[in-house]
Amino acid sequence: MYKTIESSGISKSFGPTKALDEISFSVNESEVFGFIGPDGAGKTTLFRIITTLLLPDKGEIKVLGLDCKADYKKLRKNIGYMPGRFSLYQDLTVEENLNFYATVFGTTIEENYDLISDIYSHIEPFKKRLAGKLSGGMKQKLALSCALIHKPELLVLDEPTTGVDAVSRSEFWDMLAKLRQHKITILVSTPYMDEAMRCDRVALIQGGKILAIDTPQKIREGFSKKLFSARASEKYKLIKALKQFHNTLTAYPFGDSVHVTFMNDTIDDSLYDHLKTSGINDAYITETEAGIEDRFLELMNKPE
Amino acid sequence: MRTILYLIRKEFIQIFRNKFISKAIFAVPIVQMLLLVPAITFEIKNVRLAIIDKDMTPESRGLISKLEGSTFFKISYSTFSEDEANNLLHGNKCNIILHIPSGFGKDIVNRNPGKLLATVDAINASTAQLSWAYLNGVIRDYNKDLITENISTGTMTPFPVIQITNRYWYNEMLNYKYYMLPGILVILVTAIGFLLAGLNMVREKESGTIEQINVTPVRKYHFIIAKMVPFLLIGLVDLALGLVIGKLAFNIPFAGSIFIMFLGATIFLIAVLGLALFISTFSDTQQQYMFVAFFCMIIFILMSGIFTPFESMPMWAQDFNLINPVAYLIRINRMVMLKGSTIQDISHDLSALVLIAICFTTLAVRRYRKRA
Repeated sequence: MYKTIESSGISKSFGPTKALDEISFSVNESEVFGFIGPDGAGKTTLFRIITTLLLPDKGEIKVLGLDCKADYKKLRKNIGYMPGRFSLYQDLTVEENLNFYATVFGTTIEENYDLISDIYSHIEPFKKRLAGKLSGGMKQKLALSCALIHKPELLVLDEPTTGVDAVSRSEFWDMLAKLRQHKITILVSTPYMDEAMRCDRVALIQGGKILAIDTPQKIREGFSKKLFSARASEKYKLIKALKQFHNTLTAYPFGDSVHVTFMNDTIDDSLYDHLKTSGINDAYITETEAGIEDRFLELMNKPE
Repeated sequence: MRTILYLIRKEFIQIFRNKFISKAIFAVPIVQMLLLVPAITFEIKNVRLAIIDKDMTPESRGLISKLEGSTFFKISYSTFSEDEANNLLHGNKCNIILHIPSGFGKDIVNRNPGKLLATVDAINASTAQLSWAYLNGVIRDYNKDLITENISTGTMTPFPVIQITNRYWYNEMLNYKYYMLPGILVILVTAIGFLLAGLNMVREKESGTIEQINVTPVRKYHFIIAKMVPFLLIGLVDLALGLVIGKLAFNIPFAGSIFIMFLGATIFLIAVLGLALFISTFSDTQQQYMFVAFFCMIIFILMSGIFTPFESMPMWAQDFNLINPVAYLIRINRMVMLKGSTIQDISHDLSALVLIAICFTTLAVRRYRKRA
């Protein structure tokens, strides 16, 4: 099967800092592939290598069947890149920006309008407005339009939803889902675990290393213990008490509840007794399904 | 080609959308010409004299009235105290003390050589020497009057004197404005090319837009050309504006061909823009760029021979000027405007500029990396 990206053993260091450490992965044609990891995990560095902006110290990487080092000129014609920071011309209008990127890729807005129409139609009423004067969500739509205007085969989005409100974030993922019908492979990174579910496959990345690569569902299923969700009126006290309990494996806050695992995967009376002696009388504990974040934390804390 | 044109168009849109820059581009030449051309002058006028006349004879008064009649000197103080005169010189109240000792008139009448003492404030060596020379000239004049007087009264026999007649060519009235204006035009064009283009490039770095450009198939020389052309055109427009002001405000003569002057300026601008873009590849912030660019500009301008005669610089400084584009263009401008030099006359300077332009531009294109 044709792989859009194939990488083996990619490493990159900046001085003493190892940004990427032996990264190997492959991305299939027309899939939405997510890199999930906290800030500083190495996502941006990896994306800069894929978009030919940066050379790796070590390792092989082929994108769209082309070598990132040797064939970077050919490659640039077929990649759409949206950097994490908004980097369009703030002093050009919406239309001028789009026109500019169309021209530098040797195309026109009209030629590929069908590809961006879903996204661009949202901001088209403001096409005479300066890009710097757009709201965050509109800036993001413009940036996506500009990255798509030359009909790239691979779209690389570096943290596209960071700093965008929840509604716009959800809208944005809907737009990405629609792009699939145009057979565009999408590589996206995000620090938000909940967005992982919208990808076909995800790679969990941390400290320049890939922890796991799989479908979001499989990654969740990989959680090795039974997960319980605990609630009480005093959350901080609850975590403290759970951590002191002899049978507890892990306990960490998750939204307004606490996610706990136990060595024997069961809750019994001794737990409630322990909580009561710790002064918690309203504890409510149920079994719950593990999410990506739970699996991420499990992998992260796993002793090597 | 379409890409380059579009890139250039984009630069122009951005430049003229910036309310400040778009006005400054036209305000700078006007202010610079009207301010600098009349202000920067080496002409010596109104040298302030303090006179100690201890003689008080018709002879000493004759000399003083000769000094009073000269446009160079202004007798600011007359005193009998040497201490007071020294204090005046120390306090910057006068530039020269002329001491006429008692017996000056008597010596002249008795045909003995008269003695004078001049004390000159020499903080600025060239002003000191020049004013001393002027003072000498006035005294020599006075001396000649005495001789003629004595010959006509028959107390002295005439002797042969060599008469020198001189004529100043190319700037007959020794008008400093004519000398400075071609140089000020160069400073104007340098500032436009050097500062605006470099800052523009660094701004793309700061705002991250260069990252987005780098992933596009835009060729780097397209990008560099698109960064140069707008500022080249603006530089030439400013030059034209400067010339018009020179003509209207100072009635500057233009002996040579306008075409040659613009040819020189075009090559010069390419050189300066190349250097600016080269420096910008090292700078990550506009602040960094400004610092380096300012430093380079000061060196280029002060060493160019705009204020000081090129020939009297030490040898190494003259050698440095082999790579100083400002020095070439100042020479070219002065020759073309005042002497009416032809292409053949300035072919040496022109070809050197071409070489510098090629070098700097090549450096800029080579240093600019689309990937790290």
